[in-house]
Amino acid sequence: MAAGFKTAEPLEYHRSFLKENCRSDGRELGEFRPTTLNISSISTADGSALVKIGNTTVICGIKAELTMPPSDAPNKGYMVPNVDLPPLCSSKFRPGPPGEQAQAASQFIADVIESSDLINMEELCIEKSKLCWVLYCDIMCLDYDGNLLDACIIVLLAALKNAQLSEVTINKETDLAEVDIQKKKPLKINRLPVGSSFAVFDDSIIIVDPTAEEESLSTALLTVVTDEEDRLCAVHKPGGTSLSGEKLQHCINRAITRNKEISKLVGKVIESTKTAK
Amino acid sequence: MTELDQSCSVLREYGSEQSLLSKPDGSSTFVQGDTSILAGVYGPAEVKVSKEIYDRATVEVLIQPKMGLPGVRERTREQCVRETCKAALLLTLHPRSSVTVILQVIHDDGSLLSCCLNAACMALMDAGLPMSHLFCSVTCAISKEGQIIIDPTARQEKVRRTALLTFAIESVECNVLMSSTTGSFSVQELQQCIAISQKASEQIFQFYRDSVKRRYSKIK
Repeated sequence: MAAGFKTAEPLEYHRSFLKENCRSDGRELGEFRPTTLNISSISTADGSALVKIGNTTVICGIKAELTMPPSDAPNKGYMVPNVDLPPLCSSKFRPGPPGEQAQAASQFIADVIESSDLINMEELCIEKSKLCWVLYCDIMCLDYDGNLLDACIIVLLAALKNAQLSEVTINKETDLAEVDIQKKKPLKINRLPVGSSFAVFDDSIIIVDPTAEEESLSTALLTVVTDEEDRLCAVHKPGGTSLSGEKLQHCINRAITRNKEISKLVGKVIESTKTAK
Repeated sequence: MTELDQSCSVLREYGSEQSLLSKPDGSSTFVQGDTSILAGVYGPAEVKVSKEIYDRATVEVLIQPKMGLPGVRERTREQCVRETCKAALLLTLHPRSSVTVILQVIHDDGSLLSCCLNAACMALMDAGLPMSHLFCSVTCAISKEGQIIIDPTARQEKVRRTALLTFAIESVECNVLMSSTTGSFSVQELQQCIAISQKASEQIFQFYRDSVKRRYSKIK
């Protein structure tokens, strides 16, 4: 009977739970779904990670390639993030060129990388104006159940922490690059940006970590990205109903708590692989 | 409070013109300093069956850059403008129709997303589409010393380690409708920028009221 009500009146169904200060899957309003993280999932990539937030599954692979630095920044390497939402992850994505949500997510990740100063781009440069690393970060969603942006940020962070770059020297005589695959060193990550997404229901109730169903019924979405020094890297609210200052502050506080939880998780996973080796 | 007054500067000179194009149902230009956007609105009009929604109008936004084809950057801006327009328009009055907002960048000298939103609002007013509230947008830049500049020029935006925050404010309770930020900043700086943007939005709303009053007033 509940299943019939849910299909016929999805909004009323969810409202009846929110009235009792809980949600249809049994979570509290401020509770995140269980988050699991796995690194080095892709052996052919230079760094990779897989994250699951509830049912939402996102995988990231990092490939490092050698290229000439751009002319306007000859002493810096660069990163190219790309978020892909294939038809596999949800019935609302059709095959073909990337849709608007994928493009907006890719731009958002690129902005977070720049805003949070994640890695020093100068470190990716091998020789000024001649050779630098370019990191292609391909983020693919395998199962879309809401909260895509949070998962993308966590998986990118974990994959970068896992990535190893080979040592490159330029032979002075031949002027060619020599890559030493045996010698690898990890990337230096400056900051730990972690995102928290919120959905606003009926202009007043704020829930954390919305599922795909809750996202489609919400009146506004908000993503806050904080780093480990409690500085904000992004406050992304693409329209929707208005949010008062105090509600926004409440969301930021929740995001700061989430940052600590996820930093511990990523730290534990990286440590466990080091001890396993 | 004195700290707030010292750090915020003034909005650049802004202006607008409405009903300048003959084909769209509503059109407007919005100029902020040297940044200029031309907006055209078509709606309520026919919608493709694949895109129609049974109980409300479908909103589409297209942003055409000054040079080249629209890319990924334009997509994020389109998403921000579209969701803001969807919140303001009374879409349930026109089910199974479409409202299309087309924004053409004439010149970009900073605060581009703000100018797009302001032009979109004036064009929607010109088209006569029913809205529950008006919206306007303000951009703030926080320099690395912590100084807050309102309505920055392209030069001020490009300074290294400058955080850029764009807010869309609604006219009824001056709450934040849309927020888009780049760069990192503290929570206090965010609250200060929101307060400054809300104060500046009052000026822009007064400008909306004056321009509509002038347009429909019989006394020239």
